[in-house]
Amino acid sequence: MKFLNEYRNPELAVRILDEIRGTVTQPWVIMEICGGQTHAIVKNGIDQALPEGLELVHGPGCPVCVTPLETIDRAIAIANRPGVIFCSFGDMLRVPGSEKDLLMVKADGGDVRIVYSPLEAIKIAQDNPNRQVVFLAVGFETTAPGNAMAIQQAAATELTNFSELVSHVLVPPAMETLLASPDNRVQGYLAAGHVCAIMGYEQYEPIAARFRVPIVPTGFEPIDILEGILMVVRQLERGKSRVENQYTRVVSREGNKAAQAIINRIFEVCDRKWRGIGMLPDSGLKIRKAYDFFDAECRFKVSDIDVKEPETCISGLVLQGLKKPHQCPAFSTDCRPEHPMGATMVSNEGACAAYYKYSLHR
Amino acid sequence: MEHTTIQLAHGSGGRLSARLLEQLFLPRFGNPVLNRLEDQAVLDCPAGQRLAFTTDSFVVDPIFFPGGNIGDLAINGTVNDICMSGAMPRYLSASFILEEGLSIGSLHRILVSMEEAAKKAGITIVTGDTKVVNHGSCDKIFINTSGLGFLPIEVQISAANIKPGDKIILSGTIADHGMAIMTSRENLSFQSSIESDSAALNGLVAKMLHVSNEICALRDPTRGGLATTLNEFAAASKVGIQLEDDKVPVAPAVGAACEVLGIDPLYVANEGKLVAVVPAEIAGQMLGAMRRHPLGRQAEIIGTAVDDHPGIVATRTLLGGRRIIDMPVGEQLPRIC
Repeated sequence: MKFLNEYRNPELAVRILDEIRGTVTQPWVIMEICGGQTHAIVKNGIDQALPEGLELVHGPGCPVCVTPLETIDRAIAIANRPGVIFCSFGDMLRVPGSEKDLLMVKADGGDVRIVYSPLEAIKIAQDNPNRQVVFLAVGFETTAPGNAMAIQQAAATELTNFSELVSHVLVPPAMETLLASPDNRVQGYLAAGHVCAIMGYEQYEPIAARFRVPIVPTGFEPIDILEGILMVVRQLERGKSRVENQYTRVVSREGNKAAQAIINRIFEVCDRKWRGIGMLPDSGLKIRKAYDFFDAECRFKVSDIDVKEPETCISGLVLQGLKKPHQCPAFSTDCRPEHPMGATMVSNEGACAAYYKYSLHR
Repeated sequence: MEHTTIQLAHGSGGRLSARLLEQLFLPRFGNPVLNRLEDQAVLDCPAGQRLAFTTDSFVVDPIFFPGGNIGDLAINGTVNDICMSGAMPRYLSASFILEEGLSIGSLHRILVSMEEAAKKAGITIVTGDTKVVNHGSCDKIFINTSGLGFLPIEVQISAANIKPGDKIILSGTIADHGMAIMTSRENLSFQSSIESDSAALNGLVAKMLHVSNEICALRDPTRGGLATTLNEFAAASKVGIQLEDDKVPVAPAVGAACEVLGIDPLYVANEGKLVAVVPAEIAGQMLGAMRRHPLGRQAEIIGTAVDDHPGIVATRTLLGGRRIIDMPVGEQLPRIC
């Protein structure tokens, strides 16, 4: 398949790996931001093939994992209302709230539907004028333009029965929080390629300079990831800390201006709670006042639903790269994909799920 | 007055029921056994053979999809379950639960496909039943089919028969059916040319048995896909399975749809494929015979049973490491990004 197989070429992979081996002279810790990258790393055995001392830690870039518990509980409360059609990306349905997940709401008779794009939820709203249609708008900068566009279309067509339950998060504040933490071990970042496709990489330049860390926007195929690691390691070995683009076929410095414009038109920056990490200032997006008619939180008055996360699981430490999934005593015993205790085991993109699915650690 | 949709009265056992049977069902399925309209079918059984018996219910949504519909699926699914024992399927029952309001045109289309599929597979529908339920009590139409086949004493096929060294052969591309269904569901407006692979495999199995009776295990990887079948083999025979996943054929359009939706084709359903495990000595000959059959043209040897890691299916990673191919947890759901 064009644009796919060439980035999965085993000979090329071994060649880049040899170059990494030839470059590294001392231990380094690199964090890949995105859950999609974590999966590709574990699936392709990249972590096991790296030279001793070169460690990959898995970052908080899994939108399903970091969506706070209370957002799931609010989603469930709305989906339980009679007459509501609740639409969501597929992998949010299995994320446990404090008592149940959205699949259970569906089993109990709730009208919960999987859509692939928020624009499909718009279509459902147009086709069902007597029902309230709510879209669960979560994710990073990658999904924000589509979710913003849905609200813009709803506003333009005066679609009164559509709203979004928004819990958007932003990558750069999380990267800064991790670097500023006294426990930080991260010395270089593979930035999330598709987030950068939207936002560009200009916004990472001050972070690289301030914390003296190389940041490399990186793709999701094994060759991308190996090349990204090589670029970070070369900088580390030479004492450099710049933003350097690996994912040139998708990412530019300025990003997608049209996508950024629609995000800014509909959303504004806000403080946001991250599951497993806690409240991070200016780390999320919410609907602007001018469009709050389309805010499901106001429409269904669910903002008072607030829950504390259970303390049994270490997913917060995993999301911050401080622990590896198999260092958790519950991993693969009490906590498994069919009975997840924390967010990182629930999502296909979570680090714990990746370890469970692909590795022989259990 | 001619009804264009199914009424509750069509299931009442009265005049409308009789008319439905006479006008729709019998013209399609009629044969000397069924035409007797007794409460049961009385069948001849060849001497010296064993019976293989199976049942399956079909509730697919949507009922019409690219490459087939719930009707041919209900025939092919049961035919395939029987012949995975090495038995040749002969007789099927067909039982229908119809939702009030189902269009009679749709029912007719489904019955025509069943008739064609039954003819193709060489089986006879010998008994059946129809019920109608209130609107909302079922989703348009549910079909149950049970099947009987006959099996020579010397054929002994079971998932528990696999020994280290045996070769695993897959009859063709995977994930066609599951992706055809997923990309044709209304809430996933995703356009593709992917068609279901729904087909009866008894002809292919007969060809394979002609090559050798020494087939250890045979299964059609339906729900849960190839990964689930291989895990079942590994667990039942207490062997490891080393899969060469780059040998597993996936049609380009199916592979692309899986990439876009974030779905692993190894876990996606098939309705016209089989996985055979055979001793290494006959693997080449078996592969050749399968490739000469229309339903086995793209057959490949995709792996080997091994002593290592009993009960676990593993594959090599790009960089030469090993990763496991686990059983799936629930339904695969399209990913957020």
